[in-house]
Amino acid sequence: MSSSQFLAGSRRCLPVLVSAAPFGALFGAVAVDNGFTVGEAVLMSATVFAGASQMVGIELFGQNVAPWLIVLSIFAVNFRHVLYSAAIGKHFAFGAEWKRLVAFFLMTDPQFAESEAIVRRGEKLSFAWYLGLGLPLLVAWPVLAWLGATFGKLIENPHALGLDIVLAVYFFGMLLATRNRPLWLPVVAVSAIASIAAWFTIGSPWHVSAGAFAGVAVAAMLVKPEPAQAGPGLGNP
Amino acid sequence: MSDNVWIILAAAVVTYLTRAGGFWVLSRFERIHPRVEAGLNAVPAAVLTTLVAPQMAAGGIPEWAAFAAAATIGTRFGMVAGFMTGWAVVIALRAMV
Repeated sequence: MSSSQFLAGSRRCLPVLVSAAPFGALFGAVAVDNGFTVGEAVLMSATVFAGASQMVGIELFGQNVAPWLIVLSIFAVNFRHVLYSAAIGKHFAFGAEWKRLVAFFLMTDPQFAESEAIVRRGEKLSFAWYLGLGLPLLVAWPVLAWLGATFGKLIENPHALGLDIVLAVYFFGMLLATRNRPLWLPVVAVSAIASIAAWFTIGSPWHVSAGAFAGVAVAAMLVKPEPAQAGPGLGNP
Repeated sequence: MSDNVWIILAAAVVTYLTRAGGFWVLSRFERIHPRVEAGLNAVPAAVLTTLVAPQMAAGGIPEWAAFAAAATIGTRFGMVAGFMTGWAVVIALRAMV
């Protein structure tokens, strides 16, 4: 395990931590508001480790929804990870299989985006680098939930601090970093339209899955299979 | 253990399955269809867009200025600089409005 690789990964943590921190703490505060103990809020952040789905789960807890429906909703919100896993799983070539299994546990939105950027530059994704980015987040996330659950009401005006928008600004930067990829503009345009339409109709957080699948479908439709690879049965002249 | 703890643990299991499942399903196939591959290559841009676009659509001048500043600085001086600038811009403009 290379410590310089670990540190290189950790250096990418700063913007992620700054932008995710308010949400981690907000989750803790809302969780306690909805009847969780502080310990349960911390447990959920440590084991589920997926912010948007935790928020949805907590919202449903507050409404006395059937347990299986809560679990199903969390599954639905997290379904986008199936795409991440399919896209990057083969680059988790760390030697031992348990390292791949650990890597999947740590695969949050920023973890996927940062790792994908490494792969896209043609560099090798190392386990040390991956842990350097992921472990601080895994430690910070439950700590933030604890802070939020314990001191939740202290931030008086999150709007003035821009805490509602800061994560979107971070993801916007990551999005622009992917701009040289094939079919980037049609994918972004269709995902944008579909996610905005879903946001105003079926509502958050379903706009993520709806928009993502629309963009992915457009890429699959528009791609021109290379003649060398186009064997019989591809069904597209 | 309380019901809450069981629900949390079940949620953790299904979440892990989404994170491992895509790779697990895909690794059953020997060759990947070019359309599937193109779709997978589009995943980062597609998902990141969905996390940004509605916020832009729902935003006003401070938010739009923040995104514009993050783009301008970010594409020239790197993502962290762009992020910090965008954040500073939204705080400053919201304080003025």
